[in-house]
Amino acid sequence: MSEQQAAPAGGPKVKKFMFVNRKAPYGTIYALESLEVVLITATFDQDVSLVFIDDGVYELVKGQQTKGIGIKNFSPSYRALDGYDVEKLYVDQASLTQRGLTEKDLLVPVEVLDAQKMGQLMAQQDVILSF
Amino acid sequence: MLHIVNKSPFQTSTLDTCLRMAQPGNALLLIEDGIYAATVGSATEDRIRACCATLKVYALQPDMDARGVTAKLIDGVTLVDYGGFVDLTVEHHTSHSWL
Repeated sequence: MSEQQAAPAGGPKVKKFMFVNRKAPYGTIYALESLEVVLITATFDQDVSLVFIDDGVYELVKGQQTKGIGIKNFSPSYRALDGYDVEKLYVDQASLTQRGLTEKDLLVPVEVLDAQKMGQLMAQQDVILSF
Repeated sequence: MLHIVNKSPFQTSTLDTCLRMAQPGNALLLIEDGIYAATVGSATEDRIRACCATLKVYALQPDMDARGVTAKLIDGVTLVDYGGFVDLTVEHHTSHSWL
């Protein structure tokens, strides 16, 4: 885990924000809304982590083709997060396994964590937003 | 940290996932339909009793009252009112409202 960035002198304190994603991408609007809030938060130079748990792991599956359902495929945006200095992406191991997925099925590099490590990481946050 | 669960354990996996990740010493507050997990005779009773050993477990009384199940509260679970809810969020640095 990288250390929290030092706040700029006289500037506001950098807080640790965690976005918890637990919904599949197109059945509800949660996944897209989460991504939008993540990008906004990143603009304010905060320490942002994204975690993907339960059906949230489906947000990162490679090869999404949404033309047939008439909804914009927003999955390429996860690849753009790097450009906003959002580099901490964590995925729950059990959620992947339960869905027959491995890291190779995902469209971005992630760190796969067990439930214990995920719980510890949550407890270190200043703000947790759940989607 | 404080985990807040508002979904029935019979409808979603939210409580399961929360309990999988909650660390010893964390607090769990059950609200809205989440309170059904804290009722005697439910399929979740054993799990809630077990986690009372490592977590501090609370249920929001107005939500239990509204649903007519206050008398079924599992002992070991502490009832709180809205003021108690606020106190919990103040006492814990991090709150996670599981969705």
